Amino acid sequence: MPFVSFGFIAFLAALMLLYYLVPKRFQWMMLLAFSIFFYCFAGWTSLIFMAVTILTTYFAGAVIGRMAEARDSYIKEQGAAMDRDAKKAYKAKVKKRTYLILSLCLIVNLGMLAVIKYTDFGISIVNGIFRTNIGYLRFILPLGISFYIFQSMGYIIDVYRGKYAPEKNFARFALFVSFFPQLLQGPISRFDELSQTLYGPHDFDYQNFAKGAWRVVWGFFKKVVIADRLVTAVITLSGEPDVYKGVYVVALVLFYAIQLYADFTGGIDITIGVAQMLGIKVAENFDRPFFSLNVTEYWRRWHITMGTWFKDYIFYPLSVSPKMLKISKWSREKLGQAIGKRVPVYLSTIIVWFATGLWHGAAWNFIVWGLLNCLVIIVSQELSPLYQRFHKKFRFSNTKGYNVFQMFRTFWLMGFIRVLDVYRDVPGTFRQVGTIFTTANWGDLFNGSFLELGLGWQDFAVVLAGCAAMLTVSILQNKGQVRDRLMARPPVVRYALLIAAVCLIMVFGAYGIGYDSGAFIYTRF
Amino acid sequence: MEELLNILKDIHADVDYDTCTTLIDDGILDSFDIISIITEVSSEFDVQIPANEIVPENFNSAAALWKLIEKLLDE
Repeated sequence: MPFVSFGFIAFLAALMLLYYLVPKRFQWMMLLAFSIFFYCFAGWTSLIFMAVTILTTYFAGAVIGRMAEARDSYIKEQGAAMDRDAKKAYKAKVKKRTYLILSLCLIVNLGMLAVIKYTDFGISIVNGIFRTNIGYLRFILPLGISFYIFQSMGYIIDVYRGKYAPEKNFARFALFVSFFPQLLQGPISRFDELSQTLYGPHDFDYQNFAKGAWRVVWGFFKKVVIADRLVTAVITLSGEPDVYKGVYVVALVLFYAIQLYADFTGGIDITIGVAQMLGIKVAENFDRPFFSLNVTEYWRRWHITMGTWFKDYIFYPLSVSPKMLKISKWSREKLGQAIGKRVPVYLSTIIVWFATGLWHGAAWNFIVWGLLNCLVIIVSQELSPLYQRFHKKFRFSNTKGYNVFQMFRTFWLMGFIRVLDVYRDVPGTFRQVGTIFTTANWGDLFNGSFLELGLGWQDFAVVLAGCAAMLTVSILQNKGQVRDRLMARPPVVRYALLIAAVCLIMVFGAYGIGYDSGAFIYTRF
Repeated sequence: MEELLNILKDIHADVDYDTCTTLIDDGILDSFDIISIITEVSSEFDVQIPANEIVPENFNSAAALWKLIEKLLDE
């Protein structure tokens, strides 16, 4: 069921009503029932894949938990009879067993994801290398599978590490995996954080409910008024690369940056807003990323839960693994201290960005996208002593003006890397970017050619106004939540503003033909 | 502790590790720095810091990191 549909609004209204009417101990069960109902719209087969993840992760967690409990009580029982070495050996023995369970769970789930998502990509590589003609299997990607599998794998790794005890109640665990607001495009929640509010009980809190509703409205505004309007131009510009070169490539980079931002953050606003209306706190996924001064900072502020997932579950374990430490030792001896100490960090960084690219999609453009991000991060890291010297020497580098330049630079750099996503053709993307320097068509900016991309001047005016609104809100957020200020206004003002915002969305929302206005870009990942 | 301070000073010479207790919270150490520290600690003290111990509480100050190393050496 798409977020942007009357069906979803009716679904939400029914849920809110029942959620606050039923006895509080049943609230989470109500949520589970509604989440399953929501997911049923994605088809029964999708439900089977989710059931596999829920079942395998729940039972693996339960077994690991039981083994850890048994280990602790055995050591306690033995007391002084067990010396330090014996305890260590016993712990290592149990750890081996829990590791086996963890590995099985990871293999089943990540294997399932790999088969569904990457089989055709693998076939295309084999066909390309060996000139074979193996047919594609064309699996349909179950809705949200990348998100709920990563969330569940985070849970099982945490349980294995002993970060928290496994959830004992199967239905409660099923809700953690299937909680509907975050099924479409995340965030990728952590069990110890989400479970604090997911299971209630929740009294109806008007302030919380209204603030959540405001965030949902803001999310709809970003999605329907800005992202869904710009999508027409993005499709036109990327669909005919032979026609749209030079200045049009620059325009595509800009339009897609705005579209993706409005689409993804809009969807996350709806997710977090709906959860807040239910009294549930979902992790933030963005922290005004276009204000980032460099790429590393950008990735700390964009899709935060994915970044921290890769950091906690791949980057750190890989970097500090015994094998990597051995490589580090070897490279220090053979290549010297300076290069040697960089090897584990950079090797892990390359692997993580390769995996991040692959997570986004089974295609070379995503892999190259990931590796280009990695390249920029590593180059920035290597140049950081130079930057520091520059900042010390030139005073203007600490001014607001220079900060704005850095934001501008980061925005365009990320934009040019991101455009791989829309062309979906690696050499083609580089060719197109090259035309910026070879095609002298900047005059098209002023001769009305841009009004032939499927958007009229009114559309561009709406997008411009929408961007101004997003920028204003982002700047205002420097002084705290804008919604807090809204809630401090008299009720008449608040309701008038809310009605005006809803009318604005209905009047200026893009509901054209030719694209699915309900689909979010990140849903396909 | 002296060896640990030397490792940390190699990473960021301008930080006062005796008083700073917000190395992670204030973004002084990033993930690259953390891995460099762990690698150095591993070769200096012959102790492996597992991934689940890479949490802000253990890396926010030199004292906290020293406490972690002592705990791991003791295990």
